[in-house]
This record gives sequence, structure tokens and C-alpha cells, in this order.
Amino acid sequence: MINKKVADVTEALKGVENGMTFMLGGFGLCGIPENAIAELVRLGIKDITCISNNAGVDDFGLGLLLQKHQIKKMISSYVGENDEFERQMLSGELEVELTPQGTLAEKCRAAQSGFPAFYTPAGYGTEVAEGKETREFDGKMYVLEPAFKADFSFVKAWKGDEAGNLIFKGTARNFNPCMCGAANITVAEVEELLPAGSLDPNEIHIPGIFVQRIFQGEKFEKRIEQRTVRQKS
Amino acid sequence: MLDKNGIAKRIAKEVKDGYYVNLGIGIPTLVANFVRDDISVEFQSENGVLGMGPFPFEGEEDADIINAGKQTITTLPGASFFDSALSFGMIRGKHVHLTILGAMEVAENGDIANWKIPGKMVKGMGGAMDLVASAENIIVAMMHTNRAGKSKLLKRCTLPLTGVGCVKKIVTNLAVLEVTPDGFKLLERAPGVSVEEIEKATEGKLVVNGEIPEMNI
Repeated sequence: MINKKVADVTEALKGVENGMTFMLGGFGLCGIPENAIAELVRLGIKDITCISNNAGVDDFGLGLLLQKHQIKKMISSYVGENDEFERQMLSGELEVELTPQGTLAEKCRAAQSGFPAFYTPAGYGTEVAEGKETREFDGKMYVLEPAFKADFSFVKAWKGDEAGNLIFKGTARNFNPCMCGAANITVAEVEELLPAGSLDPNEIHIPGIFVQRIFQGEKFEKRIEQRTVRQKS
Repeated sequence: MLDKNGIAKRIAKEVKDGYYVNLGIGIPTLVANFVRDDISVEFQSENGVLGMGPFPFEGEEDADIINAGKQTITTLPGASFFDSALSFGMIRGKHVHLTILGAMEVAENGDIANWKIPGKMVKGMGGAMDLVASAENIIVAMMHTNRAGKSKLLKRCTLPLTGVGCVKKIVTNLAVLEVTPDGFKLLERAPGVSVEEIEKATEGKLVVNGEIPEMNI
């Protein structure tokens, strides 16, 4: 067994520097690497490019890094829940590259799996495709999208073991598996870190080969963005 | 004239037995409430769940189980979770049978705009561009006119596009329309709405052939 376990978030983030590109898992506030984000805030790393589907809310998730003006550029598909984000974007303080959600996921997966680029129909004929190579297959038009390149991936899983194997829970899975192994170094934070052999190999979602460092997250707030319930009738 | 629930109720009639359906945020989400219970349908949410159920009862919310609108949800027997790449594989690979989404503008050639108002509102396209580029069966659910009373069914979209030539059917508070090479073909009128009212609220070319029946909802 190759042991990927590190002591804590500080050791897990060793090597992060100003100006780097990070991938961060999560959809909305669901399945975000809360501990890595908190450490990035603490370290005060600046001029970051973040690849993340969303940008958090004003006071949680990536919103915490936006508040401190640590982010130079966001690559996301939807940023509607964050007023500070919108303000920084409209004023030009923050560079934003909006990418269709499926394309964003596939650009991560392509990086993970060694594809330099791929064709997708998403965005053809829109401003997303401007300046990009297009090609026809079977009478339909497609846009060439390159794989992402990133320095670190920060992902969050439910359970993991010392070998770096990961299991996700519910829709907290989202972008996390696609980002594993898609950057030079993948850091996984888990709710429960177990000894190797504790997880059933049949039930592993992401094999440890895609993960360089794994640690038990100190705290997971798991904030709910839109708590919606129905009444018992 | 229909309200939002009325639009959702009419669209629910388009959902057929055996369909996997993706519902967008807003009116489309309401469609799930009106689908006949004697047919088998599974709802997909592009953040990574098939077999979505109703909202949870108070106290049973799970932060790890949400829909694309970030609302807490439940799952039904037979449900599954998956990652974002696989989710959009389902969509791009045409395994999802029907996509229902909202729009700010639809053009008579089937173009749709629903993600950006330059200088004013830039929330992003989320999964909409992937959905409209791949789905073979797209229904737009929206009000016929915007808050300023201007038509949302246009000759050409004025806002940045989400997709080109992709919308097949539109259900509004006034009418059901089909996108055809000749323009918006009027299929049905909302209860109590005249053809003239629909013509007045439609900027794009409206094709009216013979008697137009009233919706049966």
C-alpha cells in the first residue's frame, strides 16, 4: 500500500503559491473542500485562478477567498448566488471565464484521463465558441475545448482510506471525482479517514492512484444553500 | 390565461411513460407536481442524481442531497448518484428524453437566450448550453411577455444566445407553440385567450392555421 495520508490541512497544502491554478470540487456549497478553502484564506495566497462550478456565497465557500481579494480569475458555469462576486466581476476587478457546466466537467475529466482536448456541441453558435475551432460531425457542429491545466485539485469525499481511495455521498459527488488526478497534485479531504483495507474495493468511486494527499477534515459545516421542505399532510 | 402552475400542468402532459426528464429551475421544476402517477418517469438533475423525489419533510433535509437549484431533495426507489462528467454524458449522449427549461427570449428559428443580460445580469449558463445543444426534445416554459410587457417570442434573439435552432416547443401563459421553418405555429390557446391576444403578444412570425383549440388541462 502506498500511503497518501498527511497529518492535517497545513501539510496537505504544502507547496501552494501565489499565482497558481486550483481546481475545487463542489456544486453550490454541496461537497466543497471546506478545510482547504479555510487554509487558503489563512495562508493569504493571492492571484489565484480557481476552476470551480460555482463561486460560493458571500460568506462561505469560495466567497471567503473573494472577500479577501485572493482570486484573480474564476472559471465557472454559474455564479448567481454571490453578490460580492457579481460586484467584482462587473467592476472588472475579477476576471471571469464562464464555461458550460458539462464542458467544465469534461475539461477536468480530459485532464484526468490524458486527452488534450475534445469536441462538444455545447456553446456552438454562442459567444462561448468565439475564437475556438469548430468542426462538423454527421451534420452537427461541435466546438473544440482544451483540457484544463492546474497546479492543485482540492476535493472533498465522504470516506477515504490511507491509500487515497475515495467514496462520495449523494450529490456531494458532483465535480469531485472529475478533478481527482486532473492537476499536478490532488488533495482530498474526507469526513472519515480509515485504515487501508477498511473500504470494500468494489465500492471505491475514485482509486487512490488519482490522489496524492489525503487528510481527515477537521470540521465540515456542510451549509445548506436553499433549505426546502414540504409539510407533513 | 395560465399562471405558472398552469404552464407546468400543460407541460406535464408532454411527459410520457418511460421518459427520463431534466427539469430546469423555475416553472420547469413545478412540472414534477403534475405528472400522471400511472406512468413511470425519472427526473434527472444535472448536478448528479436520477430518480429525484419530492422535497424532504422538515428535519429530514440532507446537505449532501440537493437538486440543480441547490434545494434539498429526496430520492425515490431506483435512484442513483453520479459525477458531473457522467451526468452530462447522459445529456450529451441523448439518454435524457426531454428537457424543460425557462428562457428570456426565444426566436422563430429556435434560438434561445437565457443566461446573460450584458452589463446587468451575468449569472452564467450553468448546464443550459449543454442541455440545449444535445437534447432532441426541448420544451421552453415561460411567460409570453417580459415584465415590461414586451414579447419574449421574437424574430431574432437580442440577448447573448444559449443555443441555436434548438427549441421545438414553447408553452407560455397564453399558448402552446411549435417552432417550424415558417415561424411559431400556434397549436393551442390558453383558456379564455383569443388568437388576437396571442398575435399581439408575439413579435416573431405567428402561423395560425384554421381553428385553434383551447388547451385541455
